[in-house]
Amino acid sequence: MIKQKPTFVERPEGYVGEGFFATNIEKVIGLARANSLWPLPFATSCCGIEFMATMGANYDLARFGAERLSFSPRQADLLMVMGTIAKKMAPVLRQVYEQMAEPKWVIAVGACASSGGIFDTYSVLQGIDKIIPVDVYVPGCPPRPEQIIDGVMKIQELVKNESLRRRQSEEYRHLLASYKID
Amino acid sequence: MSGLTNPIVLEQIQQQFPDAVLSASEPFGLLTLELKKQDVLPVMAFLRDAPTLDFGFLTDICGVHYPDQHQRELGVVYHLHSLVNNVRVRIKTFFPEKAPKMPSATKLFAAANWMERETYDFYGIVFDGHPDLRRILNVDEMDYFPMRKEYRLEDGTRTDKDDRYFGR
Repeated sequence: MIKQKPTFVERPEGYVGEGFFATNIEKVIGLARANSLWPLPFATSCCGIEFMATMGANYDLARFGAERLSFSPRQADLLMVMGTIAKKMAPVLRQVYEQMAEPKWVIAVGACASSGGIFDTYSVLQGIDKIIPVDVYVPGCPPRPEQIIDGVMKIQELVKNESLRRRQSEEYRHLLASYKID
Repeated sequence: MSGLTNPIVLEQIQQQFPDAVLSASEPFGLLTLELKKQDVLPVMAFLRDAPTLDFGFLTDICGVHYPDQHQRELGVVYHLHSLVNNVRVRIKTFFPEKAPKMPSATKLFAAANWMERETYDFYGIVFDGHPDLRRILNVDEMDYFPMRKEYRLEDGTRTDKDDRYFGR
């Protein structure tokens, strides 16, 4: 049996003294958010099966603080779209996104969610970024659990380094306006 | 087993409706009839109600589009199944693309409701007398009938696909 010391998240930059530690509040909040993401799995096809493996004991997304899946958009931080989104499903996905509270992140898992994949056809949405903003794209058809975990870690990087004022910024408002979300 | 065979079914239809059957064949052992448009519903009613035939199960309705068949570009195909005799029959009818109209079979079979909506959704065939003829599978905003051959299968909004890389 391999004995390994448990690893913890790295301490952010700051000033350490005896009995105290001073740092930036932005970094502390980023650290807390990044390691306690509540994902909302929006699984419509085979990528969702890979996600089930990702949540299982072998790969275990819980190691990244994403143990608790939220099946209500209102408590979720991370929308994981896994699978083909038909045009008829598009308004549903959009409504789920709109119901999520800020700050929120979106990851498009697999070729279908990212670009429509092999389904270049009249009934399929050609990538979810046609209707909602996307932060990270995971390629693959379907991607292996390692790739999904890599995508989640990329999201964690984004969350850690996001400015606390980003959601109030003019740029972010323009982004939402370009998707006609208010 | 009652011993009902395809020739008997065909003979019974021809006795009852002498001019209705335009052509008959048996591809893969399935009796396939082409009927005139106005005869489809009476023949199906007869097939359903005749006690020896008893075709009580409408298995499928679908559309078909042959752009090269002049004046008979669009068609509707009905599949009936006699569960008692375990015999199936396929009924086809064709009409011009300019007048895509067909009487609805919903009065005969309740199952025709959704199937006719699907046929309308994909081929634009209007079923007269249907109680609620609107799209069923595609988005309501769709402004064309995607299975008709004049429309391309691909979605026009695709941006990451450059035809040069696909040999087109």
